[in-house]
Amino acid sequence: MAKITFDGIEVEVPDGTTILNAARTIGGGIVPPAMCYYTPLKGSGGKCRACLVRVAAGSAKDPRPMPKLVASCVTPVQDGMVVENTTSEQVLDVRKGIVEMLLINHPLDCPVCDQAGECDLQNFAFEHGVSTTRYEEERRTFEKIDIGPLIQLHMTRCILCYRCVYTADQLTEGRIHGVLGRGDAAEIGTYIENILDNEFSGNVIDVCPVGALTDKTFRFKQRVWFTKPVNAHRGCENPKCCGKVVLWYKGKDVMRVTARKDQYGEVKEWICNTCRFDKKETADWTIEGPARIDRSSVISANHYELPVLNAQVIADLPESSVRDLEQNPPMRLGN
Amino acid sequence: MGRKLLTEHINVEGIDTIEVYRKHGGYRSVEKAIKTMTPDEVVEEVKKSGLRGRGGAGFPTGLKWSFLAKPEGVPRYLVCNADESEPGTFKDRQLMSKLPHLLIEGMITSSYALGANTSYIYIRGELLYVLRILEKAIAEAYAAGFLGKNILGSGYDLDLYVHPGGGAYICGEETALLESLEGKRGNPRNKPPFPAVSGLYARPTVVNNVESIAAVPVIVNEGGDEYAKIGIGRSTGTKLISACGHLNKPGIYEIEMGVPVEEFIYSDEYCGGIWKGRELKAVVAGGSSVPILPKELILKTAAGEPRLMTYESLSDGGFVTGTMLGSGGFIAMDETTCIVRNTWNFSRFYHHESCGQCSPCREGTGWLEKILHRIEHGHGTERDIDVLASVAKQIEGNTICPLGEAAAWPVSAAIRHFRDEFEWHIRHPQEATRPGAVFPGKAVLA
Repeated sequence: MAKITFDGIEVEVPDGTTILNAARTIGGGIVPPAMCYYTPLKGSGGKCRACLVRVAAGSAKDPRPMPKLVASCVTPVQDGMVVENTTSEQVLDVRKGIVEMLLINHPLDCPVCDQAGECDLQNFAFEHGVSTTRYEEERRTFEKIDIGPLIQLHMTRCILCYRCVYTADQLTEGRIHGVLGRGDAAEIGTYIENILDNEFSGNVIDVCPVGALTDKTFRFKQRVWFTKPVNAHRGCENPKCCGKVVLWYKGKDVMRVTARKDQYGEVKEWICNTCRFDKKETADWTIEGPARIDRSSVISANHYELPVLNAQVIADLPESSVRDLEQNPPMRLGN
Repeated sequence: MGRKLLTEHINVEGIDTIEVYRKHGGYRSVEKAIKTMTPDEVVEEVKKSGLRGRGGAGFPTGLKWSFLAKPEGVPRYLVCNADESEPGTFKDRQLMSKLPHLLIEGMITSSYALGANTSYIYIRGELLYVLRILEKAIAEAYAAGFLGKNILGSGYDLDLYVHPGGGAYICGEETALLESLEGKRGNPRNKPPFPAVSGLYARPTVVNNVESIAAVPVIVNEGGDEYAKIGIGRSTGTKLISACGHLNKPGIYEIEMGVPVEEFIYSDEYCGGIWKGRELKAVVAGGSSVPILPKELILKTAAGEPRLMTYESLSDGGFVTGTMLGSGGFIAMDETTCIVRNTWNFSRFYHHESCGQCSPCREGTGWLEKILHRIEHGHGTERDIDVLASVAKQIEGNTICPLGEAAAWPVSAAIRHFRDEFEWHIRHPQEATRPGAVFPGKAVLA
């Protein structure tokens, strides 16, 4: 076991745990954001740099601070380590910079993007970014690739987190999905535009933190905050499929089916394409009850009221966002 | 005239064949090490020599070797990083193509010291002709019994392979190199674990630059203490400097550490001064990624001491008034050079070579290049300079591998020392974009 101090809070975790997972055992607003790390996927993490933290003391044996900020999702804890996340101005500043970097080539087409409302990048930018941009150059674009009848690829929205690559690699046999090209020309691709087609391919939609991979059968059907999430299950014939899902209802219609995500947006049990794309009748499922949605999520609002910054909402926001909001109040925010 | 430890026989006719190479003392270190020394003694000699990594970072080689994990029954690897592709650096290419046996001799002695039975030379893909030279030399070494099973009857086995890269600068980063060597996409790995613990095929691995490995036979032959006598302080031995740019005699020079920069540029023994009788304007002292310095600061430190070709002297003053020895790619620029254009050119390179794995580097290098392109072509705005400096700062230190810093440092340094030239480009775009335009004002220190 290793004892670490994270933002002034002491916590004891097994050896080999990453700093991020140690912070998650504490929970709450001090948990660093993660855009590329995904617990069930081996090899993920370290790429987006959103979770950078400052290690003020390396370990009890060697209490020197680490010279650079470290990616908390891939750096294991050491006994006696002291980590600063929200308590370090440097970390918050760098995080602002990361938001800016992730957004400069992002099309910001949230009004027409199916991911809007449940997008990690939206949340990340809202909580940690600034509301203006300094970027004046042309945004990069890609040639459109059709990757089949079930999944829509929007490469311009991609932040190259590699989650879908690991998913395709680790869930199914035969590797057909990867990253092509280099630098800012790197793109998610199925070699020679092969159709992404196997029984678990739909899970790449759930792991995608942005709207780069979306459900074609749900495309432009509804905004997610107009739909109501309901937990349900069925006895799926596929032995690798858990059959536990969330149904997203609009009225009496099942608009789409997704796997269940935990509070950090991670799917722990995968579902097959039959459950996801073919079973869209209530009769196919045993309903368990309403799915839990984070109360700060726009989905929990389910209607078009303007958000009002009351004391509770402000208390839930990180301090940096509150400061930012006070300095640049959104135009339509309640008075 | 300084001593030449590596390149003494470089111009001997037929030195690339094993017969001629052995006539000039070749493979003595292999015999000495394998027959009379234990592996630990070889490591000890390298430690005593004070040899520091010649690839750029300057980490003590002996110390790196002693970090190598040695679990029982697990193979260890030595990998030679011959993926030399930093703009301005071209020393390893020459060393390998002229003296292939020197590198092979170094590989055998070093592998013996580390207990590696399989070693690799990862060579830049574009250097295909050098690869052929190396393979021919390796075949000769096998035939002479210096490679293969039971070398010189000692019971020590070693196989040596040359592996060509696919043409990416990033594969010169040690963990990206290992990924590439394993046959994967050349993306740098997250550290820890470091290669000394989990490197090639997740085995303990040492990655060394060509020049570092080529120095090992000299150290074994002459002794570490003898080698350490050359040079100043913690910069020991000789260093290959590939000098290029506006010099009368560009080329590769083996210098003893501690030669003053002024002597290196102006003396006839080395570069012979600036071409066409012009004035020196600026120098990039260690390959394109290190900070550029104006003439005043490269010849003398901020304290007024003469600047020497050593790790310590070149980095005197930190990045405010100093730079780095880096890989020894010495680029000199005369008074007509446009610093903005030069910085844009470097940025374009790093933009092109970013692997795209982590976000600050993937997005930031492109942003830097686009702003610099705009300024250079007369479309810059006053705000751009501050944005450039701030983007460079956002990349620096926040990436997986050092390519982020390599892209950020030249931009930060150019703004630090030549801000007035950037401002001239922005305020007088018509003048500045005229072909052959030369900045009229003298660069002043910021």
